[in-house]
Amino acid sequence: MKQQLLTILDNRAIAPQVYRMALKADEPVPAKPGQFLNLQIDGCYLRRPISVHDADGDCVTIIYKVVGRGTQMLAAMQPGQTLDALTGLGNGYDLTDSGDRPLLIGGGVGIPPLYLLAKQLRAEGKQVRVILGFNTASEVFCEDDFAALGCNVTVTTVDGSRGVKGFATAAMEAAPYSYVYTCGPEPMLRAVYRASKTGGQFSFEERMGCGFGVCLGCPCKTITGYKRICKDGPVLRKEEILWED
Amino acid sequence: MGRLSVNLCGIALENPLIPASGTFGHGYEFADYYDINCLGTFSFKGTTREPRFGNPTPRIAECTQGMINAVGLQNPGLEATVNEELPKLRAVFHKPVMANISGFSVEEYRTVAARLDREDGIGWLEINVSCPNVHGGGMSFGTSPEAAAEVTAAVKAVTTKPVIIKLSPNVTDIAAIAKACEAAGADGISLINTLLGMRIDLKTRKPVIANKMGGFSGPAIFPVALRMVYQVASAVKIPVIGMGGVSSAEDVIEMMLAGATAVGIGAANLIDPYICPKIIEDLPAVMDRYGIENLNDIIGGAHNG
Repeated sequence: MKQQLLTILDNRAIAPQVYRMALKADEPVPAKPGQFLNLQIDGCYLRRPISVHDADGDCVTIIYKVVGRGTQMLAAMQPGQTLDALTGLGNGYDLTDSGDRPLLIGGGVGIPPLYLLAKQLRAEGKQVRVILGFNTASEVFCEDDFAALGCNVTVTTVDGSRGVKGFATAAMEAAPYSYVYTCGPEPMLRAVYRASKTGGQFSFEERMGCGFGVCLGCPCKTITGYKRICKDGPVLRKEEILWED
Repeated sequence: MGRLSVNLCGIALENPLIPASGTFGHGYEFADYYDINCLGTFSFKGTTREPRFGNPTPRIAECTQGMINAVGLQNPGLEATVNEELPKLRAVFHKPVMANISGFSVEEYRTVAARLDREDGIGWLEINVSCPNVHGGGMSFGTSPEAAAEVTAAVKAVTTKPVIIKLSPNVTDIAAIAKACEAAGADGISLINTLLGMRIDLKTRKPVIANKMGGFSGPAIFPVALRMVYQVASAVKIPVIGMGGVSSAEDVIEMMLAGATAVGIGAANLIDPYICPKIIEDLPAVMDRYGIENLNDIIGGAHNG
């Protein structure tokens, strides 16, 4: 973890209520795929944890959805303004188990962290297939970005207005895969868990206090004991997940 | 002795800053970020006899200038604390540390205190009779003078270490409870624990926190904490650790003027993990600005005249 002052380079809507923000620090930003930033927004007491979409040296990009007061204020910020950030938080995805044909499945704002993962898997020469799940055609974002990396991209929409009709899991069996990486709403994670035929890594979300493992605000029970989503997660391996009903 | 040093129940502190229990883990979590030996001491995560997972999630809600938590005393339990956490703590912190103890019965407080009394490196026992997040535990002992005195006496009987009782603000007369603890042998009082609070989500029309209510902390509670520290400091002769929303060197000085010998830093650690070293660094210049040569000169200063 580092505390860094990030300057906003760009902040614009890429889909309804979804924004892409590019940020720059004055030194390298620690950011593995699946890790997150915890941003201090003026007027909000708690920081806002937002996953890293892309990172390169001292630059980092996030994609976030406006869901409440904090993200509304974030969306109103202008290039040149700065944000106090805790960076390099969370465990992130482990690329070593991916096999040759990893399948990445993202739902809505669970999609952004898969981009840096796909980028690094492609750099390792892996054949990466990506399923991007949305509710409807107007919400689709990032499709071209994954395609530009050389990924095989499938879009699914619940209403069938674009791509394959149904949830993201509807497209899973279209081709064989060696491993699954996923991030999205919990019902989607559960569906992927049930449908997947290989090992995998699942990124979870929870309301956090600190974001770096001390307040015990975001615990979860796993097969291997109690874990903190912010510090021991947000990525859990399929074999350690314990679903609570 | 530097101009920041104070004496807490016979043990010297290099400075009055004490990260509060529940916001600082067992210390080593923060040692990754800075050398925690710059602190006066810290109070580690509240320990109960048995391991506890705590409350269901969500446990956290945001408020204006503050937050609500309902962690519910999650901790690894007495044996794991002694065998696993304390060795890791001692590896990174070389001053006397404060052990924070919670319980569901007088017997549990006594058992945990007696065991931690035998541990090297523990300077003080801080007895939490004020957790608002657990039914039938903690806070019920801190809401009547008789119950608080009973826990105090039970713990005092099994330890030679200074015993500090951590009080709840969710009472009508906190000074009366502090006096009862003092009469029962307490060596110090720390206050305040969190204020019982609540938030409701307008979309779901349900409480944000799974446990419905939780402990409200952060800068918003500072004036309430300061008032109670002032009241308790007038009522007892034993030292007081003041806490509740402290986030700056100015807040530390204000707490000490109200009567605090040492000052706890809680929620602020969660927002800025480097807040304690920053405050320690800021203190001398802020003292200069207000004509304070030595912090000992201002303890309880607001009570004069």
